[in-house]
Amino acid sequence: MAGLEDLYREIILDHYRTPRNRGELDAPAVSAEGHNPLCGDEIRIFVDVRDGIVTDVRFNGSGCSISQSSASMMTSAIKGKPIDQVKAIVKKFKSMMTVDEDESPVDESLNLGDLEALQGVVKFPVRIKCATLGWNTLLDALTAAGQ
Amino acid sequence: MSLDVTAIRKDFPVLHRLIHDKPLVYLDSANTSQKPQVVIDALSNFMSHGYAPINRSAYQLAAEATDLFEGTRTALAKFINAPKAHEVIFTKNATEALNLVILSWGRANMKAGDTVLLTHMEHHANIVPWHMLVAERGIQLRWVPLTNDGQLDLTNLDSLLQGVKAFSFTAMSNVLGTINPVQQLCAAAHKAGAIAIVDACQSVPHQPTDVQAWGADFVTFSSHKMCGPSGVGVLWGREALLEALPPFLGGGNMIADVRLDGFTTAELPAKFEAGTPAIAEVIALGAAVSYLENLGMANIRRHEIEMSTYVLNSLTDRFGDDITIHGPTNPELRGATFSFAFRGIHPHDLSQVLDQANVCVRAGHHCAKPLMRILGANATARASFYLYNTQHEADMLADALDSASDIF
Repeated sequence: MAGLEDLYREIILDHYRTPRNRGELDAPAVSAEGHNPLCGDEIRIFVDVRDGIVTDVRFNGSGCSISQSSASMMTSAIKGKPIDQVKAIVKKFKSMMTVDEDESPVDESLNLGDLEALQGVVKFPVRIKCATLGWNTLLDALTAAGQ
Repeated sequence: MSLDVTAIRKDFPVLHRLIHDKPLVYLDSANTSQKPQVVIDALSNFMSHGYAPINRSAYQLAAEATDLFEGTRTALAKFINAPKAHEVIFTKNATEALNLVILSWGRANMKAGDTVLLTHMEHHANIVPWHMLVAERGIQLRWVPLTNDGQLDLTNLDSLLQGVKAFSFTAMSNVLGTINPVQQLCAAAHKAGAIAIVDACQSVPHQPTDVQAWGADFVTFSSHKMCGPSGVGVLWGREALLEALPPFLGGGNMIADVRLDGFTTAELPAKFEAGTPAIAEVIALGAAVSYLENLGMANIRRHEIEMSTYVLNSLTDRFGDDITIHGPTNPELRGATFSFAFRGIHPHDLSQVLDQANVCVRAGHHCAKPLMRILGANATARASFYLYNTQHEADMLADALDSASDIF
């Protein structure tokens, strides 16, 4: 049986209690909104992309510890990174969550750092949608930013 | 007579299942109820020894199946005190039953600018089809607001009903547990010249139902919340209204004649039962109706008032301001369905922790997002009790809740 300690790792609870990059960004940054229709969780991701680099990223909304901490860790992981690298991180994360849909190879050498703590979510399949909510919304925001 | 819950629990095999060596504490019956052995047997026996088509073949096996199927219709009519069995229509679920009434009746009777009155505590199934008519016909929606303790605020009901063509409301809220004064609401609707549509999904399984005493025009509910199988919904309507209602789905069974240039509909109830229905499930629903009748719906209601009293008192005594239970505080005014907020812990996280103790609750918006917005929440946790639940299980819920604070 998967225990709660697999799900609620300390680093996850830390990001839940003290979210990083929480807030909004003004134009020219763009944003996208995501919903989890199962539980009503809502999230908005703001991205500022300049010269192919995600110079700033913020999130707001409300949701469970998994969706909020995952979004917080995501913003820490992608801030200041070039778009190509951001997309590779998204792909690696979604692959770890078993929901990577396209067939291009995952960059196995990529280190997800703190995000690895979310690995345990896979043992609780209902919560995978919580963990990926911010990430799918980020992809929408990047599309809105012309990326 | 009070329910012998110990004996009742023996009738439900799943309640004896151990998960990770611990008993199951099933508190999600407002979502869907568990099934007693008599219902499982009815399903299995029919599938094993009696399965056949209904209404269309002359051989004995088919005639027996038709009799069993129609037997459920007759039993249901008696169960809700419908004047005539052919006023009872089987659909695939209560959502389809509501869509049938709303879309068929609405298309035939509503034009741009016509108004419908709903309430702030409706399930999406009694909101979205009306929104579809807003888009299709340009009708308007009006809403009955709520009081602070989650009851309908009826202060301005008569003025809200002015010029309204239909008043469509829930008999019992699936979120708040609130039991609405259906008889009074139907009378007010009729006084204003509106029809009354009652979503009785949450009330029919838990208390006696008398559609004639209610004075309703249409009533919908589902099999799976009343110990029957999933895949069956029920619509009851007044005969004259059903006769006047255009058909909803077209196809086999619902026609008297089909020609190259058109069709004529069958008599009630076939007119609204296009295609092969959930034959076995409807037959097993008949066993659920007998099971509930043998226990007595008034006894079930009394048990749930006792459960509500215990749950409200024990949770507030133990947790004080750490818990917010939505809906009426008077057990007489509510069913044993409790949506709550606990120590600021997100409902999803709460339900995950409760699952460690096999305490099954629903977390989410309960298909009532407009109500969630009014409550100021994206989601709530919801524990709902039924005839097989005990005070001991309410204590196990409380213990499991307490353990959530170890993590968050």
